[in-house]
Amino acid sequence: MTGPVLELDRISKQFGDNLANHDISLNLAKGEIVALLGENGAGKTTLMSILFGHYMPDSGKVTVMGRELPPGKPRAAIRAGVGMVHQHFSLAPNLTVLENVMTGTESLWLPASNAAAGRKKLLEISERFGLKVDPDARLGDLSVGEQQRVEILKALYNDARILVLDEPTAVLTRIEADKLFSTLKDMARQGLSLIFISHKLDEVMATADRIVVLRGGKLVAERKREETSKAELAELMVGRAVKRPVRDASTPGEVVLEAIGVTVRTGGVDRLKSVDFRLRAGEVLGIIGVSGNGQATLAQLLSGTAQRSAGSLVLFGEETADLTVADAVTSGIGRIPEDRNREGVIGEMTIWENAILERLSRFSRLGLVDRKAGVAFAARIIQAFDVRGGSPTSRVRLLSGGNMQKLILGRNLIEPPRILLAAQPARGLDEGAVAAVHQRILEARRAGTAILLISEDLDEVMALADRIQAIVGGRLSPSLDAEDADARSLGLMMAGEWEEREVVDAV
Amino acid sequence: MNALIDILASAGLWAAVLRIATPLILGTLGALLSERSGVLNLGIEGIMTFGAMIGWLAVYNGADLWTGLLIAALGGAVFGFLHSVLTVTLGLSQHVSGLGVTLFASSFAYYVFRLMVPVTGTPPTIEPFKPIDILGLSSLPFLGPAFFTQTAPTYVAIVLAVVLAYLISRTPIGLAIRMTGENPHAAEAQGINPMAIRYGAVIAGSALMGVGGAFLTLSAFNSFFPTMVQGRGWICIALVVFASWRPERALFGALLFAFFDAFQLRLQTVLSGVVPYQIFLMIPYLLSIAALAAMARRARVPQALMQPYRRGER
Repeated sequence: MTGPVLELDRISKQFGDNLANHDISLNLAKGEIVALLGENGAGKTTLMSILFGHYMPDSGKVTVMGRELPPGKPRAAIRAGVGMVHQHFSLAPNLTVLENVMTGTESLWLPASNAAAGRKKLLEISERFGLKVDPDARLGDLSVGEQQRVEILKALYNDARILVLDEPTAVLTRIEADKLFSTLKDMARQGLSLIFISHKLDEVMATADRIVVLRGGKLVAERKREETSKAELAELMVGRAVKRPVRDASTPGEVVLEAIGVTVRTGGVDRLKSVDFRLRAGEVLGIIGVSGNGQATLAQLLSGTAQRSAGSLVLFGEETADLTVADAVTSGIGRIPEDRNREGVIGEMTIWENAILERLSRFSRLGLVDRKAGVAFAARIIQAFDVRGGSPTSRVRLLSGGNMQKLILGRNLIEPPRILLAAQPARGLDEGAVAAVHQRILEARRAGTAILLISEDLDEVMALADRIQAIVGGRLSPSLDAEDADARSLGLMMAGEWEEREVVDAV
Repeated sequence: MNALIDILASAGLWAAVLRIATPLILGTLGALLSERSGVLNLGIEGIMTFGAMIGWLAVYNGADLWTGLLIAALGGAVFGFLHSVLTVTLGLSQHVSGLGVTLFASSFAYYVFRLMVPVTGTPPTIEPFKPIDILGLSSLPFLGPAFFTQTAPTYVAIVLAVVLAYLISRTPIGLAIRMTGENPHAAEAQGINPMAIRYGAVIAGSALMGVGGAFLTLSAFNSFFPTMVQGRGWICIALVVFASWRPERALFGALLFAFFDAFQLRLQTVLSGVVPYQIFLMIPYLLSIAALAAMARRARVPQALMQPYRRGER
């Protein structure tokens, strides 16, 4: 075997007081897949941004194929054969696939762009790596998975020999993610070298040849895949043994919310079709399913942003008319929205403002906002829910995803609500934060809150839920006790198999 | 009814359409180029005024007409540079900076004019562009007087629209401009410098605006007065939206607006005394609002328009 295709030599980078990378060295061989594993804020993305020339390192150097790269020059990195697939895609939705790929690949002063040659090259690459796309499709019309394919193609079009992928599965469905990893393995077989950033142990163990663990800006361990285990990696990544909490046995209380034959119709389509479920105090009802099957509508229904067109909703024993957002707040329905950045918080506003937004009337005096009480309330949440990285008066935007989620949880749980709607509460969080979020949900359950947990993550649902229903194409399956559930039966439920089974049982 | 047909059938109407459209074409192309890179340039009204003044002043002081246009372009470019520093380098609000440039450029134009030209009863004049005859086409019946009796800058403006359409859609630099206006981070990741692209587009666009203004003093009229741009710049900003940020449609939009304008002028004389003339003055604007409402709903706005770009920030 020849020397490494890529060497990072003693890279350090500091942002203000925060040492993002401390003396990190790393190399990559031809045809190898290395996973860069670490929690959010461990310095993974910073390291890769230095490799790609987005940031200048304070010290250290990057060598590609034996040649040192000038620091802070993305163009030099591209020329040297480094391609980067960003987590938030660097694409323009209004341009076509071909235009997105070709931008910057030709000398700017040519009198005409050679689109025909570009198209030929793109199709060749897409053929060779099995990444099918339509060059003339408008990018914004493509699915997220397809857009990622374009992002990868863009790197390959620039003749990348080294591909860096920043949390490539963060936005993908499970099926898309599986497909992506088989493509990546195929690329490695064809001689490309890959680094992918991740905090998901499953995908790291399934795909990488070698795993490099970062923690707090330092390289803490390097392991071959065969020589390690998920448990060891989890411990290395967090720095201590992390165990996700599991619910203990309990007896649920009375029914607080019951949906009978509820249909929700928006935009001329039935998003929910005659669904039935009951939610009891002190119980977690898990709703599983591949995203896009009506979960969003179900969450909207209970938060008051979508109204039912048929069926009835019985809240605390009383038939409700239309449930508005204000009703949801006053009747004690806490909400953890799926998209925390868009629906959970207002990034440009402070932590205390975000904390009291839905309780404004409680925090006003003589028509003015009681700032002192609001700040005190936020401080209580920060303390009780271990929100790190901000004071009550700092902006929410500056918090990491995990801490933002803790703030949202705290806002909802500091005074236990009667019902908690938790939509994908642990999505995108690292292992430590997931454990913390689960712990809080179980504490609420113990305190008698009825919890509706909507999640794609089967492990999460099996650990937290007392009963499980699957959502498929806007329909809900009958509920299954968690004791009777296993991965196979849940898989069948998510595939919509319950209806046939019912028929068989009836016969 | 017959009166309307008479108007439409007169070669004079169509000649006026081309003449009225010329500054609009140039201004709209300039605004469009700038917006495609992600920078709204509301300095257009003032830049056109300044271009009208400085181009005229150069010719008044002995420069030839083409040099006058060139100097107007340079004058526009200087204000484009100012707008770039404020909006691209400093990342300030493009609205506020643009309006500031407009106020500054128009007042500064008048100030320079007053300094350089003595106050007289009748405004001083220059000898403007003359109609040119391309290959004898002007002697064609009807078509000749209708379309081929324009001055050279009019033809240049039409050719420029075609050139710009080609530049934006078919060349590498055009793609770089579009990418910068859609997603400057993506442009940077592909090794393009979005700051440089924006500077270039804003400055070149402002030069076009300056030339558009100078057409008023060097071809349409022969003297300068401070209020002569009369909101044409704002019309150009609306025409960019009407054109969905596409140069070929901008050409069409400018011609359409000019048609409304030329038509209402002639309609005034036919219907004078029956309807107050102010109603007619409103017609082009009303029609352009209606056309805008119909067209703009389907327009694809450059995604990064009015968003300052800062390196290393998302």
